[in-house]
Amino acid sequence: MLDFLQYEFMRNALMAGLLASLACGIIGALVVVKRISLVSGGISHAAFGGVGLGYLLDFDPLLGALFFALASSLGMGLMRGRTKVSEDSAIGILWVTGMSLGVLFIGLRAGYTPDLFSYLFGSILTVSRLDLAIMFVLDMVILLVVFTFYKELLALSFDEEFATVRGVPTRYVYLTLLSMVALTVVVLIRIVGVVLVIAMLTIPATIAWQFSHKLHRIMFGSTVLSVVFTTSGLWLSYVFNSASGATIVLVSVAAFILSSTLKSLR
Amino acid sequence: MSDEVIKLENVWVRYGNLTVLEDVNLTVFRGDFLGIIGPNGGGKTTLLKVILGLIKPSRGRVTVLGGSPESKRGLIGYVPQITQFDRNFPASVLDVVLMGRLGRGKLFKRYDEQDKRLALEMLKAMEMAEFKDKPIGELSGGQLQRVLVARALASEPEILLLDEPTASIDEPTKTELYELLKKLNEKVTIVLVSHDIGVISTYVDKIACLNKKLFYHGSKEVTTKTLEETYRCPVELIAHGVPHRVLRKHEEE
Ligand SMILES: Nc1ncnc2c1ncn2[C@@H]1O[C@H](COP(=O)(O)OP(=O)(O)O)[C@@H](O)[C@H]1O
Ligand SMILES: [Mg+2]
Repeated sequence: MLDFLQYEFMRNALMAGLLASLACGIIGALVVVKRISLVSGGISHAAFGGVGLGYLLDFDPLLGALFFALASSLGMGLMRGRTKVSEDSAIGILWVTGMSLGVLFIGLRAGYTPDLFSYLFGSILTVSRLDLAIMFVLDMVILLVVFTFYKELLALSFDEEFATVRGVPTRYVYLTLLSMVALTVVVLIRIVGVVLVIAMLTIPATIAWQFSHKLHRIMFGSTVLSVVFTTSGLWLSYVFNSASGATIVLVSVAAFILSSTLKSLR
Repeated sequence: MSDEVIKLENVWVRYGNLTVLEDVNLTVFRGDFLGIIGPNGGGKTTLLKVILGLIKPSRGRVTVLGGSPESKRGLIGYVPQITQFDRNFPASVLDVVLMGRLGRGKLFKRYDEQDKRLALEMLKAMEMAEFKDKPIGELSGGQLQRVLVARALASEPEILLLDEPTASIDEPTKTELYELLKKLNEKVTIVLVSHDIGVISTYVDKIACLNKKLFYHGSKEVTTKTLEETYRCPVELIAHGVPHRVLRKHEEE
């Protein structure tokens, strides 16, 4: 069973799974309790525009994704409550704009783009050492920021208006949260791709929430669950030679169905 | 400083074509216990949010403790309508009450001993101390309501604004809560809104009626005419249990 560990790409993939789990466990918990999975979906699809730009201008598509994800999260955060456009329409527009730009940029570049599919649906087996380094740095930023603003993030999620009345700069705290979502999206793109990012942000945290009433425990629980899902999904995809990103997501979905059933039986 | 702690001058709030507050004028003095009654959709929540600076009026001026609401953030305690909460939210009672200690000065800092002491003290005052580690999802409506009051008090406010604090609780608990508020009123100015005029009238000092427009004479007396205008229905239907000393007959005006 452990024979797949003899390959470096497998060890990298496992490492990538661990690094991604930390980000999606912590930020996923906030996404779920603050109920911003739709915004997060918008940000991850907007990131695809950056992937395309990377291809077109010949720089690391992951950096392009980082730039687009951050820009769109700042845009969403700054716009909120200041325009007549409703938030969910704005998200829809952001979503399709990112995807269309990505497709357009890639089309503009002559020639074949072999790993385009991997940015859409993930390709954990092709993670490079540079990717791992980027993921590690982003993880550390996320940890530091969430640790620093934990009580403000909790208050923002529970009762934003009350926090505002207390003098908490909620607009900036929300912007910070969306920026952390953007970083997490970038960490997750290599694992499951922009289309499936939302699964890793929501499923582990939703399961963990079913069994805990404390935010920090949900963060911890969903990190552990993500590790289990990415590792077992990776192993299954190796055994069955299936697409790794989709396999990881389907393992998570199966676990979600199982835990919800158990929960409702109790 | 004058004793006017809240002053609204010709305040209008509009959403598109919908006018929610129309030319509202209101002065609240230090130590007041003001009850604002009005039907659902009458603009009560909106009025509180205008005072809190959460909603900018389309027209008019709002002064709180001599300044703009934004500049006085932190001095007003707010108890929002309980219905807006996700009861499943992962926080304990103490987590929630501690949120009353948040603010600009608390950024980059942990809650300290003083914060925890105050939070526990307020929980004790609300008779909720033994629930401090319970998830909020396990509380009854009345218990959550008291936790929200404790949270507001933990910020040691000069003014306390409460939005429908008795909407989801049973009669004995209601009376208990009003007794607690009455005691708090010795130190804090209180403004309370409710669509339920029955109980409110026995405890507050002053009553205003709000249905888009605000009717207020700076006293506890409410005329039948005002009530009928506010609720747009005959007064017998709404004034059940309102003591007669509160309700003045139209003819006596
Ligand atoms: N953000 C908003 N946009 C449009 N209409 C609103 C908004 N908030 C409140 N309203 C409307 O304003 C009116 C007053 O609402 P509210 O202040 O909540 O009344 P109350 O608290 O007295 O029940 C209602 O008709 C409501 O539909
Ligand atoms: Mg209301």
